[in-house]
Amino acid sequence: MSKLCWTCLSRLFLKYYDYIFPEYDDLYCKYCFVYGQDWAPTAGLEEGISQITSKSQDARRALVWNFPIDVTFKSTNPYGWPQIVLSVYGPDVFGNDVVRGYGAVHVPLSPGRHKKTIPMFVPESTSKLQKFTSWFMGRRPEYTDPKVVAQGEGREVTRVRSQGFVTLLFNVVTKDMRKLGYDTGPPDTQGVSGPSPPQGLPR
Amino acid sequence: MKSKEEKVKIISEEFIDDGEDAEEERQKKPLKIPRQKRKKQLPTASREEMVLENSPVDDQQEPVQKGPDTRLLGMTSRRGPRSLPPIPSASRTGFAEFSMRERMREKLQAARSKAESALLQEIPTPRPRRLRSPTEKESETEFGTELDREVQRTQQDHDSQGHSRVKFHDSVRKIKSKPPVPPGFPSAEEAYNFFTFNFDPEPEESEEKPKAKNRHGANREEKEGEEEEPPVQEGVSKTDEEEWLDGKDVEDLLLGLDHTAEDFVAVRPADYQSVHVRLQKEKELLFVPSRRTVPTYKKLPENVQPRYLEDEGLYIGARPEVPRTNQNIMENRLLTQEPGRRWFGDDGRILALPNPIKPVPSRPPMLTQEQDIKAELETLYKKAVKYIHRSQHLIGSGDAPGNFQLDIDISGLIFTHHPCFSREHVLAAKLAQLYDQYLARRQRNKAKFLTDKLHALRSAVQMGLNPAKTPKTLETTPKTINEYKSEIRQTRKLRDAEQEKDRTLLKTIIKVWKEMKSLREFQRFTNTPLKLVLRKEKVDQKADEEAYEAEIQAEINELLEEHTEEYEQRMEVYRVTLQQWKAWKKAQRAKKKKKKQEAEEHPADEEREEPGPGEEPEKPAPPEPVDRAVIEQQVRERAAQSRRRPGEPTLVPELSLAGSVTPNDQCPRVEVMRREDIKRRSLFLKVTFNNKEVSRTESRPLGADFRVHFGQIFNLQIFNWPESLTLQVYETVGHSGTTLLAEVFLPIPETTVVSGRAPIEEVEFSSNQHVTLDHEGVGSGVPFSFEADGGNQLILMTSGKVSNSVAWAIGENGIPLIPPLSQQNIGFRSALKRADAISSIGTSGLTDMKKLAKWAAESKLDPNDPSNGPLMQLISVATSGESYIPDFFRLEQLQQEFNFVSDEELNRSKRFRLLLLRSQEVPEFRHYKQIPLYDREIMEKVFQDYEKRLRDRNVIETKDHIDTHRATVAKYLQQVRESVINRFLIAKHHFLLSDLVVEEEVPNISILGLSLFKLAEQKRPLRPRRKGRKKVTAQNLSDGDIKLLVNIIRAYDIPVRKPTASKFHQTSRSSRTFTEKHAASPTTHSPAHSADYPLGQVLVRPFVEVSFQRTICHTTTAEGPNPSWNEELELPFRAPNGDYSTGSLQSVKDDVFINIFDEVLYDVLEDDRERGSGIHTRIERHWLGCVKIPFSTIYFQARIDGTFKIDIPPVLLGYSKERSMMMDRGFDSVRSLSEGSYITLFITLEPQLVPGESVREKFDSQEDEKLLQATEKFRAECALKFPNRQCLTTVVDVSGKTVFVTRYLKPLNPPQELLDAYPNNPQATAELVARYVSLIPFLPDTVSFAGVCDLWSTSDQFLDLLAGDEEEHAVLLCNYFLSMGKKAWLVTGNAIPEGPTAYVLTREQSHYLIWNPCSGHFYGQFDTFCPLKSVSCLIGPDNIWFNIQQYDSPLRINFDVTKPKLWKSFFSRSLPYPGLSSVQPEELIYQRTDKVAAAELQDRIEKILKEKIMDWRPRHLTRWNRYCTSMLRHFLPLLERNQEDVEDDHRAELLKQLGDYRFSGFPLHMPYSEVKPLIEAVYSTGVHNIDAPNVEFALAVYVHPYPRNVLSVWIYVASLIRNR
Repeated sequence: MSKLCWTCLSRLFLKYYDYIFPEYDDLYCKYCFVYGQDWAPTAGLEEGISQITSKSQDARRALVWNFPIDVTFKSTNPYGWPQIVLSVYGPDVFGNDVVRGYGAVHVPLSPGRHKKTIPMFVPESTSKLQKFTSWFMGRRPEYTDPKVVAQGEGREVTRVRSQGFVTLLFNVVTKDMRKLGYDTGPPDTQGVSGPSPPQGLPR
Repeated sequence: MKSKEEKVKIISEEFIDDGEDAEEERQKKPLKIPRQKRKKQLPTASREEMVLENSPVDDQQEPVQKGPDTRLLGMTSRRGPRSLPPIPSASRTGFAEFSMRERMREKLQAARSKAESALLQEIPTPRPRRLRSPTEKESETEFGTELDREVQRTQQDHDSQGHSRVKFHDSVRKIKSKPPVPPGFPSAEEAYNFFTFNFDPEPEESEEKPKAKNRHGANREEKEGEEEEPPVQEGVSKTDEEEWLDGKDVEDLLLGLDHTAEDFVAVRPADYQSVHVRLQKEKELLFVPSRRTVPTYKKLPENVQPRYLEDEGLYIGARPEVPRTNQNIMENRLLTQEPGRRWFGDDGRILALPNPIKPVPSRPPMLTQEQDIKAELETLYKKAVKYIHRSQHLIGSGDAPGNFQLDIDISGLIFTHHPCFSREHVLAAKLAQLYDQYLARRQRNKAKFLTDKLHALRSAVQMGLNPAKTPKTLETTPKTINEYKSEIRQTRKLRDAEQEKDRTLLKTIIKVWKEMKSLREFQRFTNTPLKLVLRKEKVDQKADEEAYEAEIQAEINELLEEHTEEYEQRMEVYRVTLQQWKAWKKAQRAKKKKKKQEAEEHPADEEREEPGPGEEPEKPAPPEPVDRAVIEQQVRERAAQSRRRPGEPTLVPELSLAGSVTPNDQCPRVEVMRREDIKRRSLFLKVTFNNKEVSRTESRPLGADFRVHFGQIFNLQIFNWPESLTLQVYETVGHSGTTLLAEVFLPIPETTVVSGRAPIEEVEFSSNQHVTLDHEGVGSGVPFSFEADGGNQLILMTSGKVSNSVAWAIGENGIPLIPPLSQQNIGFRSALKRADAISSIGTSGLTDMKKLAKWAAESKLDPNDPSNGPLMQLISVATSGESYIPDFFRLEQLQQEFNFVSDEELNRSKRFRLLLLRSQEVPEFRHYKQIPLYDREIMEKVFQDYEKRLRDRNVIETKDHIDTHRATVAKYLQQVRESVINRFLIAKHHFLLSDLVVEEEVPNISILGLSLFKLAEQKRPLRPRRKGRKKVTAQNLSDGDIKLLVNIIRAYDIPVRKPTASKFHQTSRSSRTFTEKHAASPTTHSPAHSADYPLGQVLVRPFVEVSFQRTICHTTTAEGPNPSWNEELELPFRAPNGDYSTGSLQSVKDDVFINIFDEVLYDVLEDDRERGSGIHTRIERHWLGCVKIPFSTIYFQARIDGTFKIDIPPVLLGYSKERSMMMDRGFDSVRSLSEGSYITLFITLEPQLVPGESVREKFDSQEDEKLLQATEKFRAECALKFPNRQCLTTVVDVSGKTVFVTRYLKPLNPPQELLDAYPNNPQATAELVARYVSLIPFLPDTVSFAGVCDLWSTSDQFLDLLAGDEEEHAVLLCNYFLSMGKKAWLVTGNAIPEGPTAYVLTREQSHYLIWNPCSGHFYGQFDTFCPLKSVSCLIGPDNIWFNIQQYDSPLRINFDVTKPKLWKSFFSRSLPYPGLSSVQPEELIYQRTDKVAAAELQDRIEKILKEKIMDWRPRHLTRWNRYCTSMLRHFLPLLERNQEDVEDDHRAELLKQLGDYRFSGFPLHMPYSEVKPLIEAVYSTGVHNIDAPNVEFALAVYVHPYPRNVLSVWIYVASLIRNR
C-alpha cells in the first residue's frame, strides 16, 4: 500500500449529550462511525456504548450523558466523510430494552466547535397488530444494522416515527486539508455554529 | 311530514297545469312535427331534464313532456323560493335535513303563490296522479340539498327574474298556441333555434342571430335568453344523467303520442288520405337533399368571388376523399337547413381539415437479408445510470420541478377602428395615427440628424482639401476625401427624402384636421375631444435666408463637382474607347478603305456595341457652364418642394384632447343611438397558452374614446416551454353573447426579459368581421364614404392595439422562473418526428443531412405545409451550411458544467481511474481501501491484473485448460456468470423491509399461548433447552470472525491393511476376524508392532484430516475399521478479498476436503540392540479416501449433519475391504446392503451466516397465463399443506425465462457406443449411462450464479457447456432412461450433502432405484445410505406429482404415483395435460472425441502433476520409478473398462512385478473439467508427504474419451519404498 500523504485529522469530542424524551428514562446510547473506504481510524474507538443515564431532577428533565468520544481519522479522499450513528436504547414498561431512536450526522467539515442536534427516529411496525404485539412482547422493530441510518439506499421501504433529539458537541481539528487543496472554510472561532436546533425544544 | 304532504300536493298542482298546457298544445299543434326537429329536440329536452332533476317532478309522473314545458317546470321549482338563507342550527346532524325541509316548504309556498296568481284561471281541478313511493321521497330530500347550493347561486337574480318567469311562461304559451306565427313573433323554428342554440359549439354567434332578428319586437325574448344561461351550465355539468334520461324520454314521448292517437281514433272515423295528399304532406315533412352539384355562388356570400387559396400560394392540405354525390347531398342539406353559410370556405367548398391519413405506412422498412437485420438490430449493452438529480439540475436548484412563471400584464386596449366609430372617429383615429407618426418622426428627427451629418462631412472635406491643417495624412487624403464626398451625396439624398416625408406628413395632418373640422361643422356636433393646434415658430428671416442660400450653393457646388468628376471619368473612358476604335478603324481601313468615312460619321454605332458611356464624350468640355444653371435650377426646385421656404414659420402641430364633446341631448338621434350602443358594449380578453384558455380579464365597458383599460396582470404557472401565447379579444354587446373579435398573438419573451424590466408593448390586431349598424356608427368591413355622393369609398376593418407586456417572473431568490432551454427544442423535435422521413430513409438518414435533403427533394415535400416547416428549415440550413449543426445529440446538456476536469484528464489520472473502477464495483477494486491522494503514489501494477483480465476476455487461454473446448466453455461460463452477477448486483439494491428492519412476527394463537405459558415458567429451568443460534448478517464481519466447525464423529467400514504376503490370508479370514476383534479393543493395541508382522498389528489406524482453504486440521488417530473420533475441528474461514458481503460469500468456490488416512508406523530402527532403549519409527500416512463438501453447500444449508459415503478409490493397494467381516460382526442387514465406507460428520459455520436470498424478480415467461396461474395455485396449495417440501413447477432457463418444468423431460438418445457396450445387459447399460452423465463436471449454479437463482439449461446446452449442477445431470439422466424405455422420473427433495437437489427415480421390475446423477451411483429404495433423505416432488414428462404422504423419506413412502391419496398430481381431470412442447432438442448429436487430443491431454496432465509433486516436496529429492509408472499406465484402461473385480488381479500383477517394494498407491478417478481440481485432488491425498529417504514415486494418467468431449480422467499415484 502506498504511503498516505494526506492525513485529515478530525478530532471530535462528544462532550455532551442531551436527549430529550418526555416519557423515557434510563437511556443509554450506542455510537458508531460510518466512513468511506478511503478513511481509516487512527486513534480512538469507533464504536462504543455510553452509561445509562436517568432524567435530571430539575425542570429541564434532560438526560445528560456527557460522554466523550475521541476519534481520529485519516483519509486520502473526502468521499465517505465520516458520519456518527447514534442509537439510543432504554427499558420499556415491562423492563425490556427497546430501541428509542436512531440518528446520524456527518462530522462537521470545518474545524471548530459545532453543536448539532440530531432528530432521532425509530422504525415503525408494519401493522397495528404488529405494533401491539411488539409493544407487548418488548420486541420493537429495529434496524438490522444501525449503520443503515447513515445511508440512503433502501430506506424507502421503511416507515419511521420521529422521537426526541440528541445534542452533540463536536470539536473538530483538521490537518493538512488546505495543503491538499480542500478548503473547509476558515477555522471557526465563533464557537457554536451549524444549524440551529429545531424550534420548540425546551432550552 | 305535513310539509311533505303539502309539497306533494303543490307539485302535482303545478304539474297538472303543465300537463294541461301540454295537452292543449298538443291538440292545437299539427301532429306533424318536422322530423329532424324532433330529433334535435330530444337531447335538448333531456338536457332540460337535468334542470328538472332538481325538481320534485320526475319522469314517471309526467309521461308526456315537451321541451319548453319541462323547462318551465324546472324553472318554476327552482326559481320559486324567494329568500332562503341557511338557518343556523345548533344540532349539526339535524341541520341539513331541517333546514332543507324548511326551505323546501318556503320555496313551495312561494311557488304556489306565484303559480296561483299567474295561472289561477287556467288551473282545472287538481287531481293527484299517482302516489309517490318512498324512494321518490328520498330523492326529494336529495334534491333539497342540491337546491341549497343552487339557491345561493341564483339568489341575486331572484328579484329581477322572479317575475319574468311568469311572463316567459305566458309568452311561450302564446307562441305555442298559435301555430301560424304572426308577424313580429319568432316562428316556431326561430324559437326552437333560440332555445337550442345555447348548446351549439359557438354560443356567441348563435345567440346573436336570433337576437338580431328579434331586436325590434321581442325584447322580452332577450331577457329570457339571459335566464337561459344558468340552467344550461347546470345541464352541462351533468351529462351522465342526461344520457340516461334520453332514452326514457323518448319512450315517454312516444307513449304520450299514442295516447293522443287513441283519443283521435275514438272520435273520428278512419280517414283516408290519398297518395297524392300524402306525398304532398311528405314533401312538407320530409326533406330529401338533392344530389345535384350546388353552384358555387349559392354557397358563398353574395357578390363574392370564390377565392382559391392554393392558387395564391398558400398551403392547403389534401382533403379527405369523399364521393362527389355525398358532398353534393351534404352541401344541399347544409344550404337548406343551415343558411348561416359558415360551413363553406372561401373557395365555396365545405370546410375540411386536411386528410389525416398518410399515404405511406410509417413502419421502418424491412430488410430482406438476414445479416443486415442482425447488423441493424444488434443491441449494445449500456449500463443503466441512475438519474436522480438530473431533473433538479435542469430546473435549477431549490425550485419545485416545473414551477415556471410567465407574467402577462394586460394594461389596456385601444381601437383604431371599431364598428361604432362615427365618421368623425374615423378621421380622429387617422389624425391620431398621423400625429403619432409625426411625434415618432420628430423624436427621431432624422432630417436634423442628416443635416448635421452633412455639415460635418462638408467641413471634413474642406479640412481635407486644406493640406496645411492636416499634414500627417497626406497620402490618404485623396482617398478619404473621395469617400467623404460619396457619403455626402448619399446623406444628401437621404436628407432630402426625409425632409420631404416630414413635409408631406405635416401636410396630411393638416388636411385631415381640416376634413375633420368640416365634418364637425357639417354634422353639427362633436364626437371627439381631439383638437389640433398648429403652432407657428417664428424664425429669423435673414439668417434663415442666408442659411438656405448657403445650403443651396453648397449643394450646387457639390453637384457640379460630381458632374465634373463624372465627366472626367467619361472622358477617360471615351479616350480609351476612341483609341480602340481608332485601332479598329485602322484595321478596317486596311481592309476597306472606303468604309473610313462612314465609320467617322457613325461613331456612336460602333460605340454602342462597346460599353455604353462612349456616347457622351462626343461633346467634351462645353456642358460645364451650361450644367451649372441647370443644376441650380434643379436644386432650387427640389428645395422649394421639400424644404421649408426661408422665412416661413415652422409649423408645429399639437394634438390635444381639449375639445368638448357635444352632449347627448344636442345630438341627433342616430348619434345618440350610436353612443348608447357603445355604452352597451364591453370587452374582455382571454389569455390562451398553448391553445388552452388559462385566464380571462374582467369584462370592461368600452369607453366613448374606444379605449378599454384592464390593468390586470396574470401570473401563469407553467410547466412547458410556451409554444403560443394568444390574447383573444371578446366583445359583448348588451346582454347577448360574446363575439370573438380577434386574436392577438404575443411573442414569447426572450429569456432575458424578466418582470419589472419588460417594456409595455402595443400589439396590433384586426378582425375581419362585417358589421353594419343602423346608427351613426360606420360599421366594419362595409364600405362607407365621407362624401355626400358616396364616392371615394372606404372599407375599414375593426382593428386596434393591445398594450401588454409579457415577461418571466422572478422567483423569491431572484432566479427567473424560466423553463430550461432544452424544452425549447421540443417543438422542433416533435415536428421532425411527425415527418415521414424515417419510413423512407431509415433512422440513420435523419442524422445524415444530405440524405435527408435528397429525400425531401425526391418526395416533393410541400414547402408551404406548416408541418414541414421545421424540416425545410433544417434542410435549408444544412445544405447551405450556414449554421453549425452539431453532429451529436447531447443527452445531458448541463453535464459539461459539472465536469470538474476534462475527460482526457480524467482518463489520464490513475487516481480517478481507480476511484471510477471502484465505484463501478469492478471485482479487483471493489474493496480497495485508501486510494492514494496523488497519482505518483499509485503503482502501475495495481491495474495489471485488471487489464490482463480485460485483455484475456477475448483471448482463449489454453494454458490452464489444455483442452481448447473446455477453455471456450470456461470463458463462456465466465461471461454468463458476469452478466448474471451484474443483474444480481442491480437487484441487490432493491431492499425489502425485512432487509433493513428486524421485526418480530405476529405470533399466532399457539405461540401466544405458549409465551403466555412461559410467563409462568421458571426463570432458570433445570433442563435447559437448546436455543437457536443467532444469525449474523454478513455486513460487519472481518477476517477471522467466521469459523468452520467440523465435527467428525465416526466412520464405518474403513478398508483394512492387507499384509504384503496376502496369499494365505485368503484362507484364514475367520481367524483374522477374531484378531481384529481383539485389535479393536483398546487393550490389545500397541504401537510397537513391526510392519511385517501382520497378525498382531491393528488392521488400520485411521485419522481424519480436514483441509479447507489450505488450512489443515486433523483428528487424533483411532483404531480399527470402525473408528469413533468425536472430535471437533475448527478451521478459520477467509472470504475472498475480505469481502464478507452475501454476494461474495455465495461465490466462494472452496471445498472442504475430509480425507481419511491410515497412520502406519514403521520401525526404522537400524540396530536391534537399541530396541530396548529407544523407539525409532517413521510415521507414514496412507490415503484411504475422501469426502468433499463444497463450502457453498455448508453456507446455504447452515449445517450439514449426516453420514456420507467415503469416496474410496477402486483400488487401494495394500488395503482391502472386508465385507464378510461385517457380516460376521452381526451388523444389521440393512447396512450390509450397500458397499463402501461411511463417515458421520457434522459441519457448520460459526457464527451462523444468513444465506442470501434469491433474487426477488418475477421472470417473464412464454408460458400460457392460465398455466402459470395454475402453477401458482398448485404451489400455494402444496405449500399450505407441507411448507417444508419444495414444490417445483416452473424453473428459469438460461435466458432468464420461466419455463414449465415438464418441458425439460423428453426421451433423448444416449450415445450409441454406450448402448452398444453391453447389448444384453440393460442394467449394465443403465449404469454406464449413469456413469457417463456423472462424468460431466459438476458446477453448482449457486456458485456460478451467486444466489441468484437456479438456472436450468437444456440437455444440449448442458452437453455443450459440459458443466451443470444436479438438475442438469438429473434431467439428462432421466431423459436417457426414458429413451431406453425405462419408467423414470425426476425426484426433487433434500439430499446430503447437496441440500435441495434432483435425483432420478427409475422403476425396475419389482423395485425402485434412486440414482444420484452426479456420482452415477444408484440406491435401492430401502438403502439406508441413500443420500436422498426426503422426496417432495416427482416430475415426469407430462405431469408433476407432489408428495402428500405423511413421510417424505424414500424409505417410508410409496412411489406409486397413480394413487391420488399419496401423490397430488398437477394435471388432472380438471386440468388436463395440454401437450406442452419440449424445450429439449429432437435428438442429441454426439461427435466422437478425438483420441489423439485425449492422449495429448493425458501427457500434459501427467507432466503437470509430476511437476507439482516435485514442487510440493521442496526439501526432498523426488525420484520417479519409470517401470512402475508404465505398469500403472497399463492398469488404468482396465480400471476404466470394468471398475469392479479388477482389484485382486491388479494386486497380484503388481506384486509379481514389484515384489521387493513396499507399495502404497491408488488410482483417482475424476471427471475432467480443468487441471486445477486434479491438482487439488492429488494434493489432498498427501502422497507427496512421504519423506522416507528412499521413496520413489509413480504417477500415471489416463484420459478416457467419451462422446461429446466427456473425459474420464484416471490418475494413479503411488509411492514405493524398496524393502531392504
